[in-house]
Amino acid sequence: MKIIVFVKQVPDSAASVAVEDGKVTWGDAPLVINPWDEYAVEAALALTEAHGGDVVAISMGSEDAKEALKHSLAMGCAEAILINDPAFAGADSAAAARILAAAAQKVGDADLVIFGKQAIDSDTGVSAAMTARVLGWPAITLVAAIDALDADAKTIQAQRAMEEGRQVVSSKLPAVLSIVKDYGEPRYPSFMGIRKASKAEIPMWSAADLGITAPEAVVSWPEIMSPPAREIANEIIEGGSPEEIAATLADKIMAEKVL
Amino acid sequence: MDFKLTEEHKMAQQMVRDFCAKEVIPTIADWDRKQEMDPAILPRMAELGIMGINLPVKYGGQGFDYITLGLVCEELEYADTTLRVVMSVHMGLCAMSILQWGTEEQKMRFLPKLASGEHYGSFGLTEPGAGSDVAGMASTAVKDGDDYILNGEKMWISLATKAHVCLIVARTDSTADKPTSGLTAFVVELDSEGITTGDLHGKLGVRAGSTGWIAMNDVRVPASHRLGEEGEGFKIAMGSLDNGRYTVGAGATGLIRASMDASVKYAHERETFGKPIGSYQLIKQKIGRMRRDYEMARLLCLRAGWMKNEGLRNTRETSQAKWFATDASFDAANEAVQVHGAYGFSDEYPVERFLRNSKGAVIYEGTSEIHTLMQADYELGYRKDKPLRCELPAFNAEEWQAEK
Ligand SMILES: Cc1cc2nc3c(=O)[nH]c(=O)nc-3n(C[C@H](O)[C@H](O)[C@H](O)COP(=O)(O)OP(=O)(O)OC[C@H]3O[C@@H](n4cnc5c(N)ncnc54)[C@H](O)[C@@H]3O)c2cc1C
Ligand SMILES: Cc1cc2nc3c(=O)[nH]c(=O)nc-3n(C[C@H](O)[C@H](O)[C@H](O)COP(=O)(O)OP(=O)(O)OC[C@H]3O[C@@H](n4cnc5c(N)ncnc54)[C@H](O)[C@@H]3O)c2cc1C
Repeated sequence: MKIIVFVKQVPDSAASVAVEDGKVTWGDAPLVINPWDEYAVEAALALTEAHGGDVVAISMGSEDAKEALKHSLAMGCAEAILINDPAFAGADSAAAARILAAAAQKVGDADLVIFGKQAIDSDTGVSAAMTARVLGWPAITLVAAIDALDADAKTIQAQRAMEEGRQVVSSKLPAVLSIVKDYGEPRYPSFMGIRKASKAEIPMWSAADLGITAPEAVVSWPEIMSPPAREIANEIIEGGSPEEIAATLADKIMAEKVL
Repeated sequence: MDFKLTEEHKMAQQMVRDFCAKEVIPTIADWDRKQEMDPAILPRMAELGIMGINLPVKYGGQGFDYITLGLVCEELEYADTTLRVVMSVHMGLCAMSILQWGTEEQKMRFLPKLASGEHYGSFGLTEPGAGSDVAGMASTAVKDGDDYILNGEKMWISLATKAHVCLIVARTDSTADKPTSGLTAFVVELDSEGITTGDLHGKLGVRAGSTGWIAMNDVRVPASHRLGEEGEGFKIAMGSLDNGRYTVGAGATGLIRASMDASVKYAHERETFGKPIGSYQLIKQKIGRMRRDYEMARLLCLRAGWMKNEGLRNTRETSQAKWFATDASFDAANEAVQVHGAYGFSDEYPVERFLRNSKGAVIYEGTSEIHTLMQADYELGYRKDKPLRCELPAFNAEEWQAEK
């Protein structure tokens, strides 16, 4: 089996976003591997442990993204590749999906492409579905468990986490998955993996290496601004009984013209 | 001069930090209250490779350097002192002594099991009647054919009831002209006949760990388990302490950071007289000092770790690091309790545990008084380190990380 996982380097979950000179900035927040992607790496590694094969971790981003790749290598991925080209700056989700799909095709022979549920910086959560569309492969998103995988027959059966419960889906391979937290805790990097990762030379692929020209972004950001700070006042309504509290609350809501 | 940690250092540090945040910190207060060690801790540390972090791969270790050992200890003690104590006795005092003084055959016999954590190591020097005065010990070892017969009692031994092996020092020659030259070190398997062990309760700190006693009644130990020569026991014990003290100092550095982080968080949350207490100069002074001491302790420990990596004798520098860091961690924890006011006096917050835990480290591995005397004696020229027959091997990445 060959599995590709896409990982992203993002600002730490404690970071706060701001707008400076019309650009989004996370300040000097520490960068980490997107926490959702760790679940994707875990799923990929668990599948190759059960069915044989290797995991290739790929990230698109600046040189900083090498850290997310090294983290993936330290967890046990066999190979890591950085997609980096100045022409890719400003790629939106659709452009990114084209680039990632081109990378998956260049790696070749992948049985599965796995994503985390979403990236915690942009929070769009569409990469898995869009990349699947470009590749023309089935997408099984929000996977909470993988029930069966037949590497010879090239089939997979997985459970999708839905609000109402679980939806069992089966599909042919190759396919694209996105993984949610219910899948199970990602492993820590091993010390052996850390030694390997710290010595690893990570190849960089440019647009030319992928044999594509930078895809046009379809979404544009004409202006970026911080929303005006909202004035919030808290008030705790007290009263002798729930009915009394509810009546006071209703009066206040009417008075404030909320309804 | 280069102050940068390598990528390997940073990743190992992060890994242990994550482990502590996810698996230790959420439940440690309960175990501390119960005065029991979480039974999952030692097996988990073994499984993750922490127990063999800085032993060469050919002995089953992870092949990292001594600086990583220090960083790991800092992270472990940030969560709880008891986890760092494990590394002090298992790695610093037991496994590293075998690495330093053992024959190749002894290293191959003992280290792989210690490195994998299949066996836990401990260190038996202190006795009911002798702590600082090591040479005043009463335990004896008498040669009998190819064996030694050990008798005596060791007290205040960390992991006494959990460890599989213990580096025990006993007197082989009561007629030696100097009491220090009649001691010999042995790697004793704690399931040997004649050994009984028990835990001590009612301790001020390290309550989520094991501290106990080991009694030896005619324990037969093969001569092949003798570490070093007969009469070398005192030197071996002091050499072990150079390594144990390093882990203690590095751990204390983590305790300062834990005290500081808790204090900063609380100083933002708590308001008196209409302002967060962090805005008052007297609170700022406490937090400013914690940061200063953290940096100083950390730099002293990193220097000691670097000297170990280089194969330089570091008894003096390690003593400085251990002495300063442990005294400073006691101060930091004490001030952290103060910053928390009455809440610091309760186990609802972690700082009272930090204070209780910090007290042990100014007692074990050389009391602060002993380190004061050592440093003065170096300064006055009364004390000089003579080369040892076996020095701790310098770190050599290629050799240490070579697969078998
Ligand atoms: C939690 C914990 C874990 C421990 N784990 C281990 C272990 O795993 N293995 C092990 O072998 N031991 C262990 N010990 C024992 C520890 O090493 C001893 O407690 C320490 O060496 C001090 O010895 P003592 O307690 O006998 O104190 P003493 O030596 O009796 O000292 C009492 C006081 O007198 C002072 N003092 C002594 N001599 C002098 C002097 N010459 N000048 C000035 N002041 C002096 C000391 O500083 C101290 O304040 C542990 C102790 C604790 C608390
Ligand atoms: C064992 C125990 C028994 C007690 N018994 C009683 C009792 O019987 N009756 C009772 O009423 N209370 C009692 N108390 C409460 C005690 O009086 C308070 O804990 C004490 O007044 C401190 O208040 P606090 O804990 O709210 O700390 P805080 O007032 O929140 O102070 C937190 C920290 O900020 C510092 N700080 C606060 N303001 C300033 C400032 N302006 N400048 C500089 N530093 C500042 C404090 O010195 C402290 O270090 C008891 C407390 C304990 C621990």
